[in-house]
Amino acid sequence: MHKESAIREPLILGHKTYTDITADVCKPIEDKAPKAWYVLFSIALVIGLYGVGCIFYLIGTGIGVWGLNKTIGWAWDITNFVWWVGIGHAGTLISAVLLLFRQKWRMAINRSAEAMTIFAVFMAGIFPMIHMGRIWVAYWTMPIPNQFGSLWVNFNSPLLWDVFAISTYLSVSVVFWYIGLIPDFATLRDRVKRPIPKKMYSILSFGWSGRAKNWNRFELVSLVLAGLATPLVFSVHSIVSFDFATSVIPGWHTTIFPPYFVAGAVFSGFAMVQTLMLIMRKAMRLEAYIHTRHVEYMNIVIMVTGSIVGTAYITELFISWYSGVEYEAYAFINRFSGPYWWAYWSMMTCNVISPQLMWFKKLRRSLLFTFIISIVVNIGMWFERYVIIVSSIHRDYLPSSWSMHYPSHIDLGVYVGTIGLFFVFFLLFARFFPVLPIAELKTILKSSGESYKNAPDTHGHDHAHDDNHNTNNH
Amino acid sequence: MADKVIYAMYDDDDVLKDGAKKLVAKGVKVSEVFSPFPIHGIDPIIGIKNTRLGIMAFLYAITGTMLATIAMRYFMIEDWPMNVGGKPNNTYLQNMLAFIPVTFEFTVMCAAHGMALTYFLKNKTLPGLPAQNPDPRTTDDRFVMELRLSENSNFTAEELHELLKTTGYVELDQKEVK
Repeated sequence: MHKESAIREPLILGHKTYTDITADVCKPIEDKAPKAWYVLFSIALVIGLYGVGCIFYLIGTGIGVWGLNKTIGWAWDITNFVWWVGIGHAGTLISAVLLLFRQKWRMAINRSAEAMTIFAVFMAGIFPMIHMGRIWVAYWTMPIPNQFGSLWVNFNSPLLWDVFAISTYLSVSVVFWYIGLIPDFATLRDRVKRPIPKKMYSILSFGWSGRAKNWNRFELVSLVLAGLATPLVFSVHSIVSFDFATSVIPGWHTTIFPPYFVAGAVFSGFAMVQTLMLIMRKAMRLEAYIHTRHVEYMNIVIMVTGSIVGTAYITELFISWYSGVEYEAYAFINRFSGPYWWAYWSMMTCNVISPQLMWFKKLRRSLLFTFIISIVVNIGMWFERYVIIVSSIHRDYLPSSWSMHYPSHIDLGVYVGTIGLFFVFFLLFARFFPVLPIAELKTILKSSGESYKNAPDTHGHDHAHDDNHNTNNH
Repeated sequence: MADKVIYAMYDDDDVLKDGAKKLVAKGVKVSEVFSPFPIHGIDPIIGIKNTRLGIMAFLYAITGTMLATIAMRYFMIEDWPMNVGGKPNNTYLQNMLAFIPVTFEFTVMCAAHGMALTYFLKNKTLPGLPAQNPDPRTTDDRFVMELRLSENSNFTAEELHELLKTTGYVELDQKEVK
């Protein structure tokens, strides 16, 4: 278990010991927050509150305050929903799929990526809820016995599948995240001195004691949850894509949607992780744990999923012609040359060309370049959803119903507001929660830490033969 | 009955593991190990069986599958059969394809939450419960082995101390517990 090829770059740089890992991760929590944190938090809070205000206005007035019209009944609301859900795919992918593949580099990023996932899914959930207009009857999406006769929700509808998919995904992600957090909260509980934080972390850590049997269960639970979460990740965005794919609108009615949406979700999620991680590692001095190698791995994932997305765009275009369905063909000609050409070509530039630059090793190892591309990718992915949704429905079957979508300031306020709220949550997380999985990082210190890896074995005892007993994951 | 507990503290997981192996070979029973992270390979040495939570997860999962199937059959076939475009819902089997996504989601939901809940209960970790690790450093970089005298009636406390000395601990502590 403590063996890894010497030519592999170490995952933990510098001469760290177990206690150094604890200290490095706990330091930003124990220290006073830097001024920059307060500045960022205030900005995010103001934007978030503005968004909340817009939402209240929307609920009080009705969804007519959005720029929707008779032809375009879905626009920014569903675009933002799909965008946020997509971003919320990276966390569970990193922690679940990469756990199953035994990718140790995930340990530097999984905690904050999962937090990012949960907050992003929160933001996503806002949109279908407020789109109901009468948000107080949101529970009608649940199959609850009621006074309207034998009236049940329609289990044939992808919109209902979405209700189940998103709620399962959110709650399972929270549980997965929290189970990993418990041992680290215990570390904080045993470290902090001030009484109130000690009490708080004591409650949050559930009385974790780190017994051998607890750890045995911990590893199995992580493995099984990863096994459950992996198909879950793929199902969630597949079901989101069914919202469109099962309809009969040209441009939506496509069998390629599920894999294409899942790849797009991973693509945008990893980009968001890059954006956040690159700032966080610097601000919290975690450069030894999240370094160029991790960024490079994530860029490779971005490159692969970006290529899948690019292939899907071109396949879609080809099939619209090859199918011989004139409505389908028109939808796509209109997409790239109609009034929304600028959205289509923004999407193409951001999502097809930019990830291909990652083939160059110099570029994918450059932090500044990665940061810029990560933002470009998320802009592109927003346009992707906008193009799919609005450009497909703005040309109705009857030319007399043809229309354009112009967002209102409430559209903008709600969207920007969710970005603000997302950062409010993420900044609170970064301030009070351990942003790296302390316990898990310690398990890879001896195999992938720089000081252990490249030093001759100074421990003098032989432990190679124990490895056969290791039946669980690590 | 008052019992004496010896806590031997180590600063390295491998040293503890080798020490435990030596002690167990001499017939000492190691009652517990506290560590800041999972020590791989310690379980068979100190005689901890693999958890059966995986089986529980499977049971919760099939419970979810069954509940979802029964409920959707009732809602969609029995209580209010829908007739969409002249394609009525006569049997569950004919309409099952549309019910697969929700069945899957509900299965995952039951398995994950059922297992998580069982995990918390079995570990006795719930909000507000007190921590039981003998030293706060065991969540940082110290590893503690617990020996109970009542479980090692063949040895006296002094003999155990002597044996422990050969394992390279960094601190030794003895406590009376009820």
